Amino acid sequence: MDLFEYQGKQYFARFGVPVSPGGIATSPQEAVELAERLGYPVVVKAQVQVGGRGKAGGIKLAGDAEQARAHAGSILGMDIRGHVVRRVWLERASDIEREYYASFTLDRGAKDHLAMVSAKGGVEIEQVAAEDPAAITRLHIDPYTGFSEAQAQRLVADAGLDERARPGAAAVLVSLYRCFTEGDADLVEVNPLVLTTDGRVKALDAKVTLDDNAAFRHPEWEEFAGTAELDERERHARRAGLQYVGLDGFVGIIANGAGLAMSTCDVVNQVGGRPANFLDIGGGASAEVMASALEVISSDPSVRSIFVNIFGGITRGEEVANGIVTALGRVDIKVPMVVRLDGTNAEEGREILRTVESEMVISSPNMMDAARKAVDLAGSGK
Amino acid sequence: MSIYVDEKTRVVVHGLTGGQARFHGLRNRDYGTNVVAGVNPAKGGQDVEGIPVFATASEAREATGANASFVAVPAKVAPGSVLEAAAAGIDLIVCITEGIPAQDEARVYSELRHKYPSVRLIGPNCPGVISPGKCNIGITAGEIARAGGPVGIVSRSGTLTYQALYELKQMGIGVTTCVGIGGDPVPGTTFVDCLAAFEADPSTRAVMLIGEIGGTEEEKAAAFIADRVTKPVVAYIAGVTAPPGRRMGHAGAIISGNKGTARAKMEALGEAGVKVALNPTEAGELMAQLVRAL
Repeated sequence: MDLFEYQGKQYFARFGVPVSPGGIATSPQEAVELAERLGYPVVVKAQVQVGGRGKAGGIKLAGDAEQARAHAGSILGMDIRGHVVRRVWLERASDIEREYYASFTLDRGAKDHLAMVSAKGGVEIEQVAAEDPAAITRLHIDPYTGFSEAQAQRLVADAGLDERARPGAAAVLVSLYRCFTEGDADLVEVNPLVLTTDGRVKALDAKVTLDDNAAFRHPEWEEFAGTAELDERERHARRAGLQYVGLDGFVGIIANGAGLAMSTCDVVNQVGGRPANFLDIGGGASAEVMASALEVISSDPSVRSIFVNIFGGITRGEEVANGIVTALGRVDIKVPMVVRLDGTNAEEGREILRTVESEMVISSPNMMDAARKAVDLAGSGK
Repeated sequence: MSIYVDEKTRVVVHGLTGGQARFHGLRNRDYGTNVVAGVNPAKGGQDVEGIPVFATASEAREATGANASFVAVPAKVAPGSVLEAAAAGIDLIVCITEGIPAQDEARVYSELRHKYPSVRLIGPNCPGVISPGKCNIGITAGEIARAGGPVGIVSRSGTLTYQALYELKQMGIGVTTCVGIGGDPVPGTTFVDCLAAFEADPSTRAVMLIGEIGGTEEEKAAAFIADRVTKPVVAYIAGVTAPPGRRMGHAGAIISGNKGTARAKMEALGEAGVKVALNPTEAGELMAQLVRAL
C-alpha cells in the first residue's frame, strides 16, 4: 500500500523522523483556516501518488490568506498525470539551505536492506542515478544485525553531506530505519531531506510503501486503507477479499493461482485479445469465491467475455465444476463465458459442466483453444 | 536420484494437530512420505492418526530422527517455527505459509545464514518439494506427477507447476524432483540453488524453470546457466502483460520501475541458450522434444 505524503509524514513522526507541523485540507476555506493556525508563509502541496508535482504546479508558496485560498483553489481538482488532487497538505515553509536524499528498501537480489543517501536531493533519484551514479552512496544492511548509529554517521560522511548537517542527518537515518523495519515498510524515501538555515535536518517529503502482509500487526493502518487509489472494480474486489488488479482490456479473467492468472492474461494477449483484469481465486476454487469473482467481473462494463481458467490439484475437477455451477445459479452473467478445466479429475468436472453448457457457457479443455474462444466471443459481442 | 528429498527423508510437521498442517501432513503421509512426528507446544505426548506429537521440534528430532521440517502454520507464527526447526538441527525446512511480512522474511533468512548456514529453507509461500514416488512435502497433489526422470522442475508458481507436472505425466515424462521456491520477495532457496543441485544430480538430465515478473532471480539463473549448467533448460515466464507497480497476486510479483519485466527475463534466458516458451503448453511441448532427443 502506497501512502500519500501527508500519511507518510504522520507515519514518520511516529518513529521520530522530524517533519514540519502541518495539516490536510479538502477545500480552499479549510486551507485558509489551517494556514492561519500554522502561520505564514505556508507551502500548499497537492496530495497525489505520482512524481513531478512541482513541475505540474501542484506545490505553491502562500504568504497570506488570500494566496492560501487561491493556491488551494487552483490545486484542488487539478489533474496531475492522470491523478486528480482531492486533498492538499499545508505546512509552515522551511528556510532551506541544502537538499539531500535518503531511502531504505529491501534489496531482493542481495536479500538484505539497502540504504541510499545522496548529497544531491530535490531531484528525481532515477535522474541522479543515470547522470551521476557516484553521487549516490549505497550501504547494504544485514537485517539480522540491523543498522547502528556508527553506520549512520559513516554513511552521511561517505555521502558527502555538509559537516554541520551530519549529526542531524545520522539521527534521521536511525529513526527512518526504525520506521522501515518496525513500521513494516517495503520502502521509505525522503526527497528532499533538508538542512535548514538554522541548522536543523528534517523530512520535507515522504514516500512510504507499506507491506500489506504485515497489516495484521498494524491496526493503525486502517485509516490509510480508506484513501487508497483504487478504481471502482478494485474496491469491489477488495471488499470481496479477492486478489484483483484492474487492466484495460475486454476479456474478464478468473484463474486459480497467481502464476496461472498472470499466464492466462498473457495467452489472451497472445491470441489477439486484451485482459480486463487479473484475478486469482486461490487454490480452493469454492462456489463462494467463484460467485464473488463472477460478480466483480460482471459489474465491469468493459468486459465482453469471461475466461475461467482452473487447474485442479488437491481441489478436484468435480469440486471446481460444482462450484462453477452453484456460482452460475447465483450470479447472472451477461456476457459469454469460456471455462477451461484441467488437472485432477478434469473429465469428471467437465461432465458436470455439461449440465450448464449453453451459448453463454462453453467448456474447452485446452488453455490456448479456450483463450481463442474467449477472444472470439468478445469480438462478436461488440 | 533426486534433489533435497528422497525416500530416506523423515519429516516433522509443525502444527500437525490442526488446520492446514494436519490436512497436508496427513496427505503427504498417505502419498508415502515418512511423516514421523508432529510439533505442538500444548499437545506433546498426543498423536495424530498414529503420528507422535512432541512439544518442541528438538524433542521430535531426538525421538524420531527427523531430518526435514514442514511448516504450514499461519504467517504470524511461521517465522518462529522456521527458526525453531533450524535450532533443533533440522537440515531442510519447507515453509508453504503465505503472507509472511517481508521484514520477517528478510530477518529469518539472515538469521539462518548467520547461525545455521547449512540449513536449507524452501519457501515461504510455495507449494513445497516433491520427488515423485519418494517424498512429497507440501501441497502438491502427488498423483499428478510421474516418478522417475529425467526432468527436474523449479518454479515460483504453484498452479503453473502442477500443470507442468501433469502435462509431462500425460506425455509419459517423469520428474526427479519438483521444487516450488515460492512467490515471495526473499525466497530461502533460489533458482540458482536448484539449478546447481540439478546439475549435480545424475538422474536429472533436463530442467524446466518457471519464473514470473519481479526481482532479478531469473536473470541470475540465466547467468548461472550460461556459466555452469551443461543440461538443457526450458523456461516459461509469466506476467508479460502485467502493468508496472502492481502486485500480481504473489508478494514478489511486481515490476518496480522498469526492473523485473517478463521480457527482460525471457531475453536473458534466451541469450543463455535456454529454450523459452511463450505459454505453458509450449513449455511442455519443448520439454517433450528435448527429452525425446536425449
